[in-house]
Amino acid sequence: MAFLQLKEVEKTFFTYDSVTTAVEKINLTINKGEFISIIGPSGCGKTTLLSLISGLLHPTEGQILLDGKQIEKPTPETGYMLQQDYLFPWLTIEQNITLGLKTMGKTKSEEKELAYELLDTLGLSDKTKHYPSQLSGGMRQRVALVRMLSTDPKLLLLDEPFSALDYQTKLKLENLVFSTIRTHGKTAILVTHDIGEALAMSDRVILLTHRPGSIQQEFSVAHHLAEELPFNVRLDSQFTPLFQEVWKEMESLEKQT
Amino acid sequence: MKSKHEEMHRQFKKQTKTRTLQIRAVQILILLSFFIGWETAASARWIDPLLFSSPSRVWDLFLVRVQDGSLIMHTSVTLFETILGFLLGTFLGTFLAAILWWSPFLSRVLDPYIVILNSMPKVALGPILIVGLGPGFTSIIAMGALISLVITTMVVYNAFREVDDNYVKVMKSFGATKRQSFFGAIFPASYPTMISTLKVNVGLAWVGVIVGEFLVSKQGLGYMIIYGFQVFNFTLVMLSLVIIAILATCMYQTVELVEKKLIRHRT
Repeated sequence: MAFLQLKEVEKTFFTYDSVTTAVEKINLTINKGEFISIIGPSGCGKTTLLSLISGLLHPTEGQILLDGKQIEKPTPETGYMLQQDYLFPWLTIEQNITLGLKTMGKTKSEEKELAYELLDTLGLSDKTKHYPSQLSGGMRQRVALVRMLSTDPKLLLLDEPFSALDYQTKLKLENLVFSTIRTHGKTAILVTHDIGEALAMSDRVILLTHRPGSIQQEFSVAHHLAEELPFNVRLDSQFTPLFQEVWKEMESLEKQT
Repeated sequence: MKSKHEEMHRQFKKQTKTRTLQIRAVQILILLSFFIGWETAASARWIDPLLFSSPSRVWDLFLVRVQDGSLIMHTSVTLFETILGFLLGTFLGTFLAAILWWSPFLSRVLDPYIVILNSMPKVALGPILIVGLGPGFTSIIAMGALISLVITTMVVYNAFREVDDNYVKVMKSFGATKRQSFFGAIFPASYPTMISTLKVNVGLAWVGVIVGEFLVSKQGLGYMIIYGFQVFNFTLVMLSLVIIAILATCMYQTVELVEKKLIRHRT
């Protein structure tokens, strides 16, 4: 069942003295409940692609359909998680995680229940009255995860959400994000430059070419691995050959330029 | 082990306290020696008491003026004008900044005019204000507001623009309108800049109001200064200066209190 469809998508940016095509000829179909990763050399338009799907940007050409409907503008149906947590420093954790609900005009306590539940599962229920500056980097990114999920979005867009964290925290958070997303049966797209992370977390990995980014190749992760927690995937005997396959492909991209 | 640390902590606290006390003592010493020096210099005729007055004369005049009620009247007039000018300048400036943020077209159109207005010495507009608004407290308040208005607009507008785009991105991802993005992210993210603008505006409002009172010359501390100058009563001038210094400090402290309340949680 096609949940998200990208048809011949192209995005070109214009400035007074330049025309830059960031991505072109993107054809992609994502099914409900799938976890997709997008990797590629830096500057290949990964983030642009996410912004297009979120509705923050509009494609120059082509169509993006979510549940069969064209995406016009950002909606709470799509959650967005950024490289850094971008929690609002002037709000408490409680106010931060209900920010989306407040924006949507949902302020009743039963509407906020999900947010508090999630905060509890992620082990932060004692921090509601704290301010972001009182929390560690890993905790803050967990709060950002709760903030994203609080509005119960159908599609999650993760823009290198672990890149600013130290390695240990990153591994733990990968597991946590993965299992949280799986339990809630969400569809997710992860943008990363870390091949290992992409393989460990997703069902499919999409490799983009240099700018203008288009789809170079698609790698499928074996079903039993895709179901496994990211940390265990990294330890699996099938992980290294797969990693090397993707690595070689990326290397060959580098040589082309 | 634990008691050792407790002992060290006690020592540390004691040291911190002593240092604070030392600083306060020196501060008070400077103040006292200033007034004592001034008094001695005047009574020993090292300086001309007719020009520079002396603390005792200022104090005597203070008592006289408090008793006949004129000091309270002049002070309250000036204070009223300053606070109103300060608030008007700050709020209108912030409001204009919000409009400029809202409409990039307007902000580009108005850019050269704002630059001109900003480089213009606002007190030079005094005579026009008085002609336009009448020689009363309206034009003095206008002067107090005008002097801080343009700079507030510029600084706050820049603060709005420099807010990290990603905060707005977070708001937008929840489907926020432009209005929600502004009040949810842009405005609170600019609190620190707004507070420092407030601090500058306290000083500017006093400049505007005192100059305004020089020009209108009806009442207020500015009037007391210009009157004292004209009749060569420098004790009156000094008295006004001391009162202005005290009041301006109080206003500044109030702003700092607001600051502590608004941005206590930022690192």
